[in-house]
Amino acid sequence: MASITSLNECVIRFANTNGTGSASANNMFAKAIFRMGIPVSPANIFPSNIQGMPTWYDVRVSAQDYMARREGAPDIVVAMNAQSMAEDVENVRPGGFFFYDSSRQIDPALMRQDITFLGMPISEICLREYKAPNLRQLFKNVVYVGAMAALLNIDIKILKDLVADQFKGKEKLVAPNVHALDLGFQYALTHFKCPLSIRLEKTNKVGSRILINGNTATGLGAVYGGATVVGWYPITPSTSVVENFEKYCKRLRIDPASGKNNFAIMQAEDELSAIGIAIGAGWNGARAFTATSGPGISLMSEFLGLAYFAEVPMVLMNIQRAGPSTGMPTRTQQSDVMTCAYASHGDTKQVLLFPSSPAECFQMSAQSFDLAERLQTPVILMSDLDLGMNDQLSEELSWDDKHAYDRGKVLNEQQLDEVEQFGRYLDVDGDGICYRTYPGTHPDKGSFFTRGTSRDEFAIYTEKGDEYVQNMQRLERKFETAAEILPKPVLHPDNSGSSTGVIYYGMSDVAIAETFDLLAEQGHFIDGMCIKSFPFSQTVGDFIDAHDQVFVIDQNREGQMRKLLIIELEQNPAKLVKVTHYDGMPITAEFISQSILRDIIAAPVKRAAKRTGS
Amino acid sequence: MSFLKSKFHHPRLARNELGLTHRDYEGSLSTLCAGCGHDAVGAALVQAVFELSIPAHKIAKLSGIGCSSKAPTYFLDQSHGFNTVHGRMPSVASGASMANRSLKYIGMSGDGDTASIGLGQFAHVVRRRLDMTYIVANNGVYGLTKGQMAATAERGSTTKKDNKVLWPDIDLVTMALELGATFVARSFSGDKEQMVPLLKAAICHEGFAFIDIISPCVTFNNHATSTRSYDYVRDHIQEGLIADFVPVTSEITTSYDEGESNDICLHDGSVIRLHKGSNGFDARDRLSSLDAIHKHRENGEILTGLLYCDPTYRDMHDILNTTETPLNSLNENELCPGARTLNGINNAFR
Ligand SMILES: Cc1ncc(C[n+]2csc(CCOP(=O)(O)OP(=O)(O)O)c2C)c(N)n1
Ligand code: SF4
Ligand SMILES: [Mg+2]
Repeated sequence: MASITSLNECVIRFANTNGTGSASANNMFAKAIFRMGIPVSPANIFPSNIQGMPTWYDVRVSAQDYMARREGAPDIVVAMNAQSMAEDVENVRPGGFFFYDSSRQIDPALMRQDITFLGMPISEICLREYKAPNLRQLFKNVVYVGAMAALLNIDIKILKDLVADQFKGKEKLVAPNVHALDLGFQYALTHFKCPLSIRLEKTNKVGSRILINGNTATGLGAVYGGATVVGWYPITPSTSVVENFEKYCKRLRIDPASGKNNFAIMQAEDELSAIGIAIGAGWNGARAFTATSGPGISLMSEFLGLAYFAEVPMVLMNIQRAGPSTGMPTRTQQSDVMTCAYASHGDTKQVLLFPSSPAECFQMSAQSFDLAERLQTPVILMSDLDLGMNDQLSEELSWDDKHAYDRGKVLNEQQLDEVEQFGRYLDVDGDGICYRTYPGTHPDKGSFFTRGTSRDEFAIYTEKGDEYVQNMQRLERKFETAAEILPKPVLHPDNSGSSTGVIYYGMSDVAIAETFDLLAEQGHFIDGMCIKSFPFSQTVGDFIDAHDQVFVIDQNREGQMRKLLIIELEQNPAKLVKVTHYDGMPITAEFISQSILRDIIAAPVKRAAKRTGS
Repeated sequence: MSFLKSKFHHPRLARNELGLTHRDYEGSLSTLCAGCGHDAVGAALVQAVFELSIPAHKIAKLSGIGCSSKAPTYFLDQSHGFNTVHGRMPSVASGASMANRSLKYIGMSGDGDTASIGLGQFAHVVRRRLDMTYIVANNGVYGLTKGQMAATAERGSTTKKDNKVLWPDIDLVTMALELGATFVARSFSGDKEQMVPLLKAAICHEGFAFIDIISPCVTFNNHATSTRSYDYVRDHIQEGLIADFVPVTSEITTSYDEGESNDICLHDGSVIRLHKGSNGFDARDRLSSLDAIHKHRENGEILTGLLYCDPTYRDMHDILNTTETPLNSLNENELCPGARTLNGINNAFR
């Protein structure tokens, strides 16, 4: 049997039971590889359950910077869950390795000839070394990380540093953890031939990048963007956005003089209330947001219509998960695109932003508050479970200290004195955006009544058809302005004027470099564009017009972005080819390239394939 | 339709401490039915705010959907108003207050808006002790959708179309008390003398002040078999504690003994002076109020007046430890930690 041989290119799967404390050990493993300068992309596959169910943690290592999920079986499986053992053995790539706890004998029926079994009596070792039963369980995780370090050639010193970092302030815990690492490391060195044919080596491919998840970056972006009011209701996978916002606020937003909070967070009774809080605060001039996922979006829908029509700024972070209904609550999808684009009854439209990385989550989260106040309308940040909850190798977060918040068109007392007659819905500048006032500004000027019912330019209730139409047309004009100022789509740097294009958004972007390489190997060189916002800017239509065939990548069944392009840009459906992936796992480059190769019209050409990834 | 009223001021109109007249606190011309109780509630509010000499622009008025929720258009023109969605005013008011704690918030709702579609939001806004005055104009019926029974209508009473109310009613007053409202009162739109001091006290109270005002719907619920008609309510009302409102500034002029048991001193220094009725319950004791409400109810009577007041309790912002400066006035300087801090944060992810 030939074992797989590779350097800095592999997928390692950890099979655990949730609630056993494996998460922090697995994170430490991924982070150690990151600190060796090797691009790494970990992903948690977890059940909607707190304890006792199987979970998997897949770590893709790729010096070529292929950071999307890799199609197919992992090269190495670390099997720590007896319950999923049979499935886990089956799931090893031929030529790969199966590392398991040999304290109990493995069922001989499970043995395979085409992979290498590496048994280590982890439970026995922990039973001998640790007295307390909970410590035995906990340190098992650290022991296997130590063993993997020896097997893969991970610098044990880096792991020890990580332990020290993790237990800063709780130094008593450092020594026993380091001991557990050593137990695993030494055992592997003496019992197996180390390193394996799949191995790692220090390199410098990471650069200035960081390893962070999207929700941390989104929460932090809201801190930097000046959000002060939050209403929310817990739902996976959005909860950690607010948790992170709160964590950083407690560190960075306490008024030094009074010790009081420069923020206010309310865990509401439901999502209706959560968004109501954001709308009330936005109406009253504070930067406010709520965060939720699919079911919450449905509940917020009526309020989104009010905010659209009454023109109230607010930000909604939608961390999408697999629907419909409760769907697969711990799996990823991009399936709220349509719902959010047209959220609420009546003729409505919403502003959407599509981040593709934590750095973009940070930047767009901060920017969304400027956009919401400028446009006086909700802005929905369309993240997803994969981006939000899994650590991603991301550009570092950046902030320009010269950036001043754009608080939009708001009149203060003095400005009100200067205007002859204040009309809340007067389109003074012709861009569809009118001037507003905060409550409490002026004793006898600038007050108005905000409502979801039709009104004239002076905010007086009206049921006159022509006044209603005028207002609806102005709102349309406002969304044209939005299309001009929203983040522009990003054209792929290798675009060369091919007749074939591919449009993608959100996390599909991560698979594109690898997709292009796979296509190039088959003689196909196509152009790419990553959509960043809705309503679409001119560039989006131009890109479609410039190509004969355009593939649209969606992580949902309906091809929702494709439909949106067809509807909004009145594009010929035959030209836009649907590529959809929606089993709850992140999309892969293999899947995209195979889909494109199946339907591409353009003939392949002979040209040296260029590796974009490395 | 709203109509703009002429703002002609009679030279001899009384002026308040701000030099403003009653007219300065009015709203657009009402489009509610002539005789609708909601207009009387609005008028009482106008008088209360005028007499308190609060600048109207320092008040924000919020409502849900319903005839009662339309009413804010018809009072306090200089206040910003927000007609939200059906049953959800409490959350919007919460957010508004979180954004700017320096304004006064008045919520106007109906029994459909609060006791049915909005019951959850109502319960939670009480619980979160929002500093606001929450008025329910309770007519036992859905006025705006033309006469369906509300959850506050009593079982056994009948609608105008002679349908019997099949389900027991929800009493918002006892609910508010159970959930921890720190000011609770019930009144009647036909009794301005009672409403005005109660509204003043509610507005000055720091914390959640709830007033259930029985406010008959002349169009859909004023018939003989209704228990929310003007006649029925007049016949069955029992005023418990008669409350006078003594504002801060007149404290020196009125003779008033500190610590007298029938005075409740509010946070801002104003005083609720209670003249004990024959009912003998203690408005500082939640259980005693609940007991009195239930006893009257058993006798077929509606107990009105101030029912409960605890001026010592902390409000939402105290509990949240929010800064005194309105959050909506903070900017980059106070809110953005800056690039240097971000570098440190980046390093934590390496
Ligand atoms: C979501 C939603 N459902 C239903 C309605 C229709 N609706 C408007 S007002 C109302 C009832 C109002 O009753 P109440 O709050 O008692 O006010 P009143 O008119 O009696 O003062 C209803 C059901 C609505 N506006 N929104
Ligand atoms: S229908 Fe009833 S509640 Fe509505 S305005 Fe007329 S009287 Fe008032
Ligand atoms: Mg009603």
